[in-house]
Amino acid sequence: MTEIFGVSTQALLGQLVLGLVNGSFYALLSLGLAVIFGMLNIINFAHGAFYMIGAVMTWMALNYFGISYWWSLALVPLVVGVVAVVIERALLQWLYKLDPLYGLLLTFGLALIFEGVFRNAYGVSGLPYSIPEQFSEPLNLGFMLLPKYRAWVILVSLVVCFATWFLIEKTRLGATLRAATENAKLTQAFGINVPLLVMLTYGFGIALAAFAGVLAAPTKQISPLMGSNLIIGVFAVVVIGGMGSILGAIVTGLALGVIEGLTRVFYPEASATVVFIIMALVLLVRPAGLFGKRES
Amino acid sequence: MKRRLCCALSLAVLVSVSASAAAPKISGGVVKIGVLTDMSGLYSDLGGQGSVTGAQMAVEDFKAQYKPSFKIDVVYADHQNKADIGSNKVREWYDREDVDMVTDVLNSAVAIAVAKVTAEKKRILIDIGAGSTRLTNEDCTPYSIHYAYDTYALASGTAKAIVKQGGDSWFFLTADYAFGHSLEKDSSDIVKANGGKVLGTVRHPLNASDFSSFLLQAQSSKAKIIGLANAGGDTINAIKAAAEFGITKNQSLAGLLVFITDVHSLGLQLTQGMMLTDGWYWDYSDETRKFGKRYFDKMKKMPSMVHAGTYSATFNYLKAVQAAGTDDADAVMKQLKSMTINDMFAKGGKIREDGRMVHDMYLMQVKKPEESKYPWDYYNVKAVISGDDAYQPLSLSRCPLVKK
Repeated sequence: MTEIFGVSTQALLGQLVLGLVNGSFYALLSLGLAVIFGMLNIINFAHGAFYMIGAVMTWMALNYFGISYWWSLALVPLVVGVVAVVIERALLQWLYKLDPLYGLLLTFGLALIFEGVFRNAYGVSGLPYSIPEQFSEPLNLGFMLLPKYRAWVILVSLVVCFATWFLIEKTRLGATLRAATENAKLTQAFGINVPLLVMLTYGFGIALAAFAGVLAAPTKQISPLMGSNLIIGVFAVVVIGGMGSILGAIVTGLALGVIEGLTRVFYPEASATVVFIIMALVLLVRPAGLFGKRES
Repeated sequence: MKRRLCCALSLAVLVSVSASAAAPKISGGVVKIGVLTDMSGLYSDLGGQGSVTGAQMAVEDFKAQYKPSFKIDVVYADHQNKADIGSNKVREWYDREDVDMVTDVLNSAVAIAVAKVTAEKKRILIDIGAGSTRLTNEDCTPYSIHYAYDTYALASGTAKAIVKQGGDSWFFLTADYAFGHSLEKDSSDIVKANGGKVLGTVRHPLNASDFSSFLLQAQSSKAKIIGLANAGGDTINAIKAAAEFGITKNQSLAGLLVFITDVHSLGLQLTQGMMLTDGWYWDYSDETRKFGKRYFDKMKKMPSMVHAGTYSATFNYLKAVQAAGTDDADAVMKQLKSMTINDMFAKGGKIREDGRMVHDMYLMQVKKPEESKYPWDYYNVKAVISGDDAYQPLSLSRCPLVKK
């Protein structure tokens, strides 16, 4: 069997696929963050908490109301999105004119509150959620047995990421959104309801996080800490991709998932830090990130 | 007038001096116990608030049984699994709040740091939740006791039993910090000593978000047994991912440190048949069941070995203070090391010169879902491993306090 640096190509291919699975989560989460930062100029530290809430609500939906995974996939992001809209109206909207640090502090505080509430209710060991029956058999890729559910994660997140990119970059609604970001006052002068757009954008960004949470629910124990374990890495992804860049978030998310996966083979001890090393290197060479535009 | 006042004053001084000679010499008038644990992170279910409750229950029971003349106070703090936060908190406790004894201190990295501060300040550490054998070897101190279990005992219980059943080739999935390294080393020594082979190891960061990559490496090693040298949330996620990737069909998992809270969280479907070693099980005897139920009424879950251990350590520490008539660390340590621990946690437990509390350990097998008759009915006790067999013999100790 051919080997690369002492690792068989078969094992390497397997790790690449797994990297793509993790990258899908990175992409979905960093996409939401990028959308929110791009439109609202808010560094949404509560993003990981909403991802966690998405997963916990999936569990609650099944155990308290008997709602299946498939319904949760649609309903949970909707409900969490509505919660986010309420938060935006009640709290965040007052902060747009202030330094971004205030938004960061507020959302960080919210994240701690959400985590604390769920920790108090369910503890940290986690809640079990089984994989939907349709996906119980693994898929034979020739070089590895990939659980079908993981393949589904890659597929569905790619579709969602592409749809979001298309919506923002290629449609009229997206053009209006981008105009509102560029110059809110001028856009409003054209009779467009900018605050409404901003509110919906926040709701949408958070719904993406909750969607990632639903996807993650069957793959790991649903724990109040699952968001905070992941979110720092996601922030690094957004910084590497370029703050606010939609395409940047998607591409870097996937790429970093793969790089992290490879690190787990060659030097597993560094797998938690490799993202930050890359971030430091990118910031040295391109301070605005790989896909970011330098502000003039 | 002045003379009489002088006389009265000196009399008063005399009386108070003699009074204090009769009463126990307690610094600050209060015996203060600090529970340092992970209140919010991945280990907070197996320790956390439950450890605080254990210590508080011990204080209540001690007061009821022994009617001490001194006051007892329990304080607690979250070390967030960070050695620097833990040692700073303990330093503050010793310097400013006059804490006499610190307990639980799960997470070996934190425990080793806290043991150093404790020795420097001449107070007492009775560690429950940390696993590393370094606490009674390289990092042993005259002021620390390692109470409930250690990685050597876990390895000699679980690894030995599995190798004897034919699981002779191993691959380790190791949490990349003091505890994981210690557990991996002790287990591979046992595996090799019993004629098994270690085919490889992969070290993952603490709190790893995804285990599939690591498990795939374990799978391609073709080892019969995948040893999980990690704990808490990491073990849980590794077991879950192993089931998803179908690894458990051809290879077996050995949870080297599995707490009952982990089994509860994963459910018997995923964990059935797994062998593990534990220092305590709530459903073992009438005495343990009684404690388990009392604890359950307070916390709505059954206690882990760490919770029960914190109770036992606190209770026996207070007994030692009462017997020594002081909270002076040297006197209490001497008392503790001369005592035999006999309670619901340990029978005939002895604290050795290296600080190791030697007591029986239990080899368990997780029940099948249909065998479990009532909530928290999870284990079959396969064997009781006597303390002398379970723990590292003193002759192998690397602790400088042990006279050879």
